[in-house]
Amino acid sequence: MTGIEKLFRRDVRGTTADTPRRTFIRHALSGYFAKRYSLQDAYADWQAARTTASAIKFDAVNRLDTHLETFAKRAEARGTKVFFASTGAQARDYVLALCREKGVRSVVKAKTMTGEEIHLNEALEKEGYGVVESDLGEYIVQLRKEHPYHFVFPCMHLKRGEIRETFEKALGAANVPSDEPEALTMVARRVLRQEFLKADLGISGGNFLVAETGQVSITENEGNARLTCALPRIHVALVGIEKVVPRFEDLALFLPMLGTAGAGQALTGYNTLYGGPRQPGETDGPEEFHVILLDNHRTRLLADPEQRDALHCIRCGACLNVCPIFKNIGGHAYGTTYQGPIGSVITPHLRGLQDWKHLSGASSLCGACTETCPVKINLHHHLLQNRRNAVRERGVWWERLLFQGFGLYASHAALWRLGSRLAVPGLKIHARFSGAWFDPARLWTKTRTLPRPPERTFRQLWAERQKQKFPRS
Amino acid sequence: MSYPLSDKAAVLARIREALRLPAHPPSHDNHAPATPPALPGKEEIGRWLPAVGAGYEEQVALFARQAAALKADFVRLPSLDAVPPRLAELARAEGWPADGIAAHPGEHSAELVEKAGFRPFLAVPGYDRAKLEACAVSVTACEALVAQTGSILVTARESGGRALTILPPHHIVVATAAQLVPDLPAAFAQLRRTYGDTFPSLISFITGPSRTGDIERILVLGAHGPKKLTILFVG
Repeated sequence: MTGIEKLFRRDVRGTTADTPRRTFIRHALSGYFAKRYSLQDAYADWQAARTTASAIKFDAVNRLDTHLETFAKRAEARGTKVFFASTGAQARDYVLALCREKGVRSVVKAKTMTGEEIHLNEALEKEGYGVVESDLGEYIVQLRKEHPYHFVFPCMHLKRGEIRETFEKALGAANVPSDEPEALTMVARRVLRQEFLKADLGISGGNFLVAETGQVSITENEGNARLTCALPRIHVALVGIEKVVPRFEDLALFLPMLGTAGAGQALTGYNTLYGGPRQPGETDGPEEFHVILLDNHRTRLLADPEQRDALHCIRCGACLNVCPIFKNIGGHAYGTTYQGPIGSVITPHLRGLQDWKHLSGASSLCGACTETCPVKINLHHHLLQNRRNAVRERGVWWERLLFQGFGLYASHAALWRLGSRLAVPGLKIHARFSGAWFDPARLWTKTRTLPRPPERTFRQLWAERQKQKFPRS
Repeated sequence: MSYPLSDKAAVLARIREALRLPAHPPSHDNHAPATPPALPGKEEIGRWLPAVGAGYEEQVALFARQAAALKADFVRLPSLDAVPPRLAELARAEGWPADGIAAHPGEHSAELVEKAGFRPFLAVPGYDRAKLEACAVSVTACEALVAQTGSILVTARESGGRALTILPPHHIVVATAAQLVPDLPAAFAQLRRTYGDTFPSLISFITGPSRTGDIERILVLGAHGPKKLTILFVG
């Protein structure tokens, strides 16, 4: 067991025992479910919309090289600077160089998970640049020095009292009048408005890259990304290479599907396409627009023809919301940038299979994620494939021995008969110490009660029934 | 210190290497074909979205319903001449300071504010950002209204740049009957017709006032952008 897995097990023991927090998470998600399903039902055909979205992403991902070249050409034609980064370090260095060259003093950020992925804030802070997250949830977790709990709802685990305390500590108690969500939001609005006005550099992510037009599409609700891309004199969008869609019109499908699946909204508050810095004749906007296209091991996932469709992901977060594991262990226990089923599928590709395979084991394989995914990623099968690949790459000797033994046992009728006969008294003996410290099956039995041991084997039962049905006359 | 060089060649080479093996076609769905899917035609995209009635009145009613659900104010006016009196009325009711009304040059923006008896703060190149930030309201034109989702489509070209539609706490949009489109595909088609492939640097679908649910998933309006959104619909 790796250190990462040990940490995971330790964290999960804590979070699953925290019943009030689990109840709170379920309650917080209840509104999402009610809205999402009624919106989904309003589609002329939601399943067909999924199939269409999946087919568009199939084209996008399987012709990624062509689409990215087109994107870069079109974006550059409008004055956008496009930078391809193989690694997180290259992307960080580019942003840092930009800060130095352009005399940047303060940075405001709209929500970007790619930024979390490459630890951009830490890099900027280390070089002495002030970075402020402007998405309300991200701002709260930044003040608490935490990581986002859910990549769409970063602070969904926090109660208003905790947020009030966080604000009081950071901004002074006099500035925080109450713990009403409305009042707390207005506190953040006032503070962050000043940050927007003084920032030289705005950093955002991107939800879609439109190949044929060179535009970056950003989906949000608060308007913080709109401000991030309007006020500072430089705008940098940090986007994963897989976020491509081929055509402008494709967004007419993806924007509403993202809103519906991700937030239970027909369309989120602001869906904005940025196609360059301020153009001649326009009133305002940044002087410079940089798009960083980030690989950071996405091409490893691309190289797996079986799991390539995981790159279709539009990061709506629906698979987290429906996942019984996510709801019970919570977002922080994963220890990843991307939580939930999609995170468990892709993290082994991005950060190493042996270190992160345990996440694929932490699943009931119920398939709720696959069913809810708006772009039909085969999520729960990918979890199985990760398990298989991990064993194939580095098998466990005793597991192999165990399965070989079982194979032998199950393919010989005599052995099977003997084994099941011995199991009847065996289970009775086991029942006396089931769950005790010396029980070899303790991992399973310490939290479960086994059914009463049977009196007869199935074969015996069958033979008796047959005898009753067809008595020899 | 100079910029690091873009790693374009290396990224594209890795992508091409990775794509040498064809992807498994989607198969977990019993109805899905076992062949790789073709890129769906553009006309297919709108077919699965929520249906929108064909009639004009039906579409106006749908937009009004969506706007109400989004907590935006939808006001239907008989003619453009009815807009200035309505603005003056709103100004009285909300107590806008006379120098706190932002607009951009144009028939559906600054001209209406002037007719209402105010001198607007104009968002023109080089405007004073602090002054715009201090404004109580902005009055702008739009590209289109989308009945399907209750959205307002604005662009940097048509609606006074990037900041005017997001910075002041109340955004008033003036739209005419001809600007109402049934659904999102129609809005994208209209953008294509208007701009070809030389789009304004900002195109934004605004769906309701700025909002957040980050605290306990409870809806709060005016997270960063306008707390109030009013649509003055002429038609």
